[in-house]
Amino acid sequence: MKDNKKVTITTETTWKEITPGGIIYEAGNAHNYKTGEWRSMKPIWNSEKCKQCLLCFPVCPDSSILVEDGKIVGIDYDHCKGCGVCVEVCPFKVFDFVKED
Amino acid sequence: MAIRERLSGNEAVATAMKQINPDVVAAFPITPSTEVPQYFSQFVANGSVDTEFVAVESEHSAMSACVGASAAGARVMTATSANGLALMWEILYIAASSRLPIVMPVINRALSGPINIHNDHSDSMGARDSGWIQLYSEDNQEAYDNIIQAIRIAEHKDVRLPVMVCMDGFIVSHSVENIELLETEKVKEFVGEYDPGLDTLLNPEQPVAMGPLDLPPHYFEHKRQQAEAMKNAKKVILEIAKEFEALTGRKYGLFEEYKMEDAEVAIVVLNSTAGTAKEVVDELREKGVKAGLIKIRVFRPFPVEELRDALKHVKAVAVMDKADSFSAAGGPVFVETRAALYDAETKPVVISYIYGLGGRDVRTNDIMKVYNDLLEIVETGEVKSVYNYLGVRE
Repeated sequence: MKDNKKVTITTETTWKEITPGGIIYEAGNAHNYKTGEWRSMKPIWNSEKCKQCLLCFPVCPDSSILVEDGKIVGIDYDHCKGCGVCVEVCPFKVFDFVKED
Repeated sequence: MAIRERLSGNEAVATAMKQINPDVVAAFPITPSTEVPQYFSQFVANGSVDTEFVAVESEHSAMSACVGASAAGARVMTATSANGLALMWEILYIAASSRLPIVMPVINRALSGPINIHNDHSDSMGARDSGWIQLYSEDNQEAYDNIIQAIRIAEHKDVRLPVMVCMDGFIVSHSVENIELLETEKVKEFVGEYDPGLDTLLNPEQPVAMGPLDLPPHYFEHKRQQAEAMKNAKKVILEIAKEFEALTGRKYGLFEEYKMEDAEVAIVVLNSTAGTAKEVVDELREKGVKAGLIKIRVFRPFPVEELRDALKHVKAVAVMDKADSFSAAGGPVFVETRAALYDAETKPVVISYIYGLGGRDVRTNDIMKVYNDLLEIVETGEVKSVYNYLGVRE
């Protein structure tokens, strides 16, 4: 069982292939685990209203405000759990907060 | 040339640990296992081992330190009894599921309450589903031999599971008996250098995370894999026993069969009571009674097929449990032995005796009563009582 090859664990991985004791070889692999489906409320980012003040970005507990070149470009719905902190913190009421379908 | 000595059970276990010279021992004293870490810390102090001895503040910490050291790639041992084992509970499961080959003598003692320091098996029987391999030992020699073999079993690449080596508190742990020790070089050669592989916390070449959160998508697969390791252990235990026999001449299996070839009545029992029962078997055999005995050595994994084959031709079997599981339907060894026989085409009557709780003495006349009950069943074909208590004031 020792000297396991570095395997990527997916929901298809069988007990014969999975790493013993749940050993993880890859740093930061929680990113591959999609937790967005836990969401019951969903923030909608309206780009035309956004002033790019970036106040929402540091308060998001799941790093789900996507930023490129210093600008917000959207929301990572694979990991956003719909806590609504971004909605609450935004001074310009950019986000709609709607029920998840 | 083997070394002839006279040692108590605890001394025998501590001596085996000295000869193995593990990297780390983390332990907390509890009666009747206290002497094991006590003797061992003397070996550390006088330099006869180079083990890192971690004096911890509880058994929960002892097993936690063992888990950490083992995950780091060390060969690790500890020892405990009763309430100490109970305090380890949570970490026992973590050690097994993290596949860490820790070896731990368990000096069997009644688990509270009411509080009692004497021998029964309620401690290790409670831990029977924790994922640890369990070996049971009749006397100091078997305890010593089992410890040495346990290192190889635990570390085998097809197993990688922790092992408990159980023996009876006071009855064996504090009784001095003759024993044959191996030379230290031979023990070292037998157990070999520990190779923990690449997946250790102290390997900078291959960083790993251990003990992660494991949610519904993967947890079941890990448990299934752990179950397979326990299945593999049976074969590995027998292979290592063969090697050990070649070295010492002492033969070990999954269980010992004593005068079972033509037995019509038989007792199944663990640990030191087997010695008392063998005396009774001899006495009965002299009278021409076909009595036999099975002493289970390996309780986890449970030798289902082998026990079935050994017992299926017997007419009546009594399984003696030094622990009650309070199912109101017999002790743990009884339940598993009886279940093992379910698939046999011919099968004996199997009855349960809970005995010796909290150190209640068990003598040859008690065992004789059990055989007489079995003989009566064979003669009359009538089972008066399946679930019995032996030696309690009615």
